[in-house]
Amino acid sequence: MSSRVRFLLQFSIEIVLLCILLILNVRYGANKNSNNTVMNALFNYHSNNIDQRIIHQIRVPRVIGAALIGSALAGSGALMQCVTKNPMADSGLLGINSGAALMLTFSFIFFPKLSTQQTTVFSVFGAALAAILVFGLSSMKKIQLSPTILVLAGMAISAFFTALSEGLALITQLKQDLAFWHFGGISAVSWAQLTSLGPWLAGGLLVTLLLAPSLNLLNLSDDSIKSLGKNINSIRLIALLCVVILSGISVALVGAVAFVGLIIPHIARFLVGTDYRQVMPLTLILGANLTLCADLIARTINPPNETPFGIIISLVGVPFFIYLARKDNQRI
Amino acid sequence: MNIIETKKVCVSYEKKLTINDLSIQIPKGRITTLIGPNGSGKSTLIRTIAHLLHPCDGSVFLDSQNIDEEKTSDIAKKLAVLPQSSNTASDLTVNDLVTFGRIPYRKRFATLSKLDHEKIDWAIERASLKDLKNRRLSTLSGGQRQRAWIAMAIAQDTDTIILDEPTTYLDLTHQLDVMLLIKELNEKEHRTIIMALHDLNHAARFSDQLIAIKDGVLQVSGPVQKVITKQNLRNIFNIDATIVNDHDKPLILTYNRWQEGIAN
Repeated sequence: MSSRVRFLLQFSIEIVLLCILLILNVRYGANKNSNNTVMNALFNYHSNNIDQRIIHQIRVPRVIGAALIGSALAGSGALMQCVTKNPMADSGLLGINSGAALMLTFSFIFFPKLSTQQTTVFSVFGAALAAILVFGLSSMKKIQLSPTILVLAGMAISAFFTALSEGLALITQLKQDLAFWHFGGISAVSWAQLTSLGPWLAGGLLVTLLLAPSLNLLNLSDDSIKSLGKNINSIRLIALLCVVILSGISVALVGAVAFVGLIIPHIARFLVGTDYRQVMPLTLILGANLTLCADLIARTINPPNETPFGIIISLVGVPFFIYLARKDNQRI
Repeated sequence: MNIIETKKVCVSYEKKLTINDLSIQIPKGRITTLIGPNGSGKSTLIRTIAHLLHPCDGSVFLDSQNIDEEKTSDIAKKLAVLPQSSNTASDLTVNDLVTFGRIPYRKRFATLSKLDHEKIDWAIERASLKDLKNRRLSTLSGGQRQRAWIAMAIAQDTDTIILDEPTTYLDLTHQLDVMLLIKELNEKEHRTIIMALHDLNHAARFSDQLIAIKDGVLQVSGPVQKVITKQNLRNIFNIDATIVNDHDKPLILTYNRWQEGIAN
């Protein structure tokens, strides 16, 4: 089977799966509805019907948010793995999530009245701060940006920022409020957030897709890329900017969800090989599928209580990741 | 006519001055090889000529034009560079890799043109990789992999190809394959070849001109016969070599460390 056919096959399977998951996610939740109510809420909405209101005001934005965030986390993971040439990289590893988390903790403590849109600005700023620090630290040595130094700097910054935000949360007794958010949950995504932040996520995802052909090039050494007349640092910079925006917003909305960014790109590569023009679209769809799936379980496993969906992702993700690593040493 | 010239070039790498006041001329359409001991600045010079390092003083001229005043994308159409085997792109197929060679000619988001396909097929054919076209680099032998990298440089369709130690880590046969391929590119397609080599016999056999450097300073340059002499090898490598003539090319039979008083 040629790689193109294989890609189209896998891609259509995932798209079908995405549609099914979208429908299931709107259909099922803590509040029991009939098929009719769901159809009416979507196509014939009356705001005075409480069941329809739940679907329209809470469930639909939540589902769209989950899909977008899943894509964003998976996409930024793939970007990080490619840019750092490290298969274990994701935005968490480079301290970007913890930078966002620290600035969010700041905003919770000092400006508790801010709306989510405003705290998101803090979050993206934190993500950018971490990225600048990590890349600044690792380029202090005059040699070219080495992946190993990058990862080491990322881990140091990550540990430092996490310690700071944990400490701050303890001192100000915000620990309880932040706990749920640390594990990740999508319950809070509203229409207002979606309309203000969704376009940014969508824009970031689009740039990520357009970047895919250049990402293939990052397989080569820096010297080779330069001698082909391409500016490697501008590719890296755009990729990093995407990561900052995508993961900054994701962290602000659902918290520091681990593993999506790490495992999804590997699954995509496992399915279609190493060409980023094929890996990237599949990564984005798979990321959406995983979060939708996890969120569906999170809402229905113990209703009406919410289980943090980050826990579910880790529960499913870790064994699967180990399975993949054992099955195919070559590609991981 | 000279394709590349450096004028009083100084290059520092990691804050150490590695090349000092170096002026060389590289003739068009010939094979020019840089020789010199480890750490002599061969790689630094190769990377400077290839516009990968910037001289802190002096200038590099490509086709009598200062290379700093040209766009990198234009240089990529004139110079193909094969860096020292630091490349780890093992997941790519041969075809993927050779396709990268067309990047300087491609517009953003454009698909491969008919010319691109022709050049890619031609490069793969030239490097005798037709049967291995769809194999991943990680599944190839060292020699085949090196030929794939050279094929990428061929596909770049430049007048000049720069290679930094193209035969390192290869066994005898594969070294010879690579050298013969390079020679063929020069003879049949009249491409200018600039390379750094450690094997002096290969350098002598396959080059038209040699440039010897030591500690970043030019020692001697010129035709092979003029450079490979007992006296020069003593100065450059500190060896006492036994040189014979083989098909009008000098051939080093054996050598010892040069010690004052023992050899003359």
